[in-house]
Amino acid sequence: MDWQGQKVAEQTMQIMLLVFAVIAFITGYVLGSFQIMILIYAGGVTLTTLITVPNWPFFNCHPLNWLDPSEAEKHPKPQVAVSSKKKATKK
Amino acid sequence: MHSFGYRLNALLTFAVTILALMCAMGSLSDNLNTPSPSAEIQIMNINWFQKQPQGNDEVSLTMNISADLQSLFTWNTKQVFIFVAAEYETPKNSLNQVSLWDAIIPAKEHAKFWIHTSNKYRFVDQGNNLRGKKFNLTLHWHVMPKTGKMFADKLVMTGYSLPEEYR
Repeated sequence: MDWQGQKVAEQTMQIMLLVFAVIAFITGYVLGSFQIMILIYAGGVTLTTLITVPNWPFFNCHPLNWLDPSEAEKHPKPQVAVSSKKKATKK
Repeated sequence: MHSFGYRLNALLTFAVTILALMCAMGSLSDNLNTPSPSAEIQIMNINWFQKQPQGNDEVSLTMNISADLQSLFTWNTKQVFIFVAAEYETPKNSLNQVSLWDAIIPAKEHAKFWIHTSNKYRFVDQGNNLRGKKFNLTLHWHVMPKTGKMFADKLVMTGYSLPEEYR
């Protein structure tokens, strides 16, 4: 799962659970049945699990494009003064 | 880091938290219900009234209990426990409560009932104060919810009295 996919998965999970909770509570209250509320919510949790927990392909639409090694060599990593001093003392 | 187990754990934790919240709201929704129960108890007969060998008064009576407790039931009610208590005052105790009969109402359909019964539990006084005693019959109820807070209340019926003599 890529970065974008993780964000989408987490938000989808939270929104779906909240929406199902609201639907379940209102339906249960209107129909006067506690059991219906629990059943709707249990169904919602199951559906949310199936959608957001497995690593589905649509969570991998934004793969990270790493630079080619040869490209990286052309632009050497800037040396930080502090870290180089530390290394020097160790040596 | 963002693995299968991590996502499952996050989902279950959040789901259970919301479930707890829903249960709390369900319990709070009981406060929107304003019950208007009614009950009537008639004493049909004093079967016998005697002094036990130990010196305590004991009464056996037959009651006619009719009640409509349907308004106590909400969507969050599991069952209602009711009992009828005889309440009276004696020189020693300012309030005596003797449970005479009880029942569990499992559903709203059974909450409007009528029963002709003798006392299920023995009506025995601590002493011999019952002759000519005026007493109240009180219908107590405890509402047991599926989740959340329990409610209890009572309905006092006055104007009952026992005979002056043993029989």
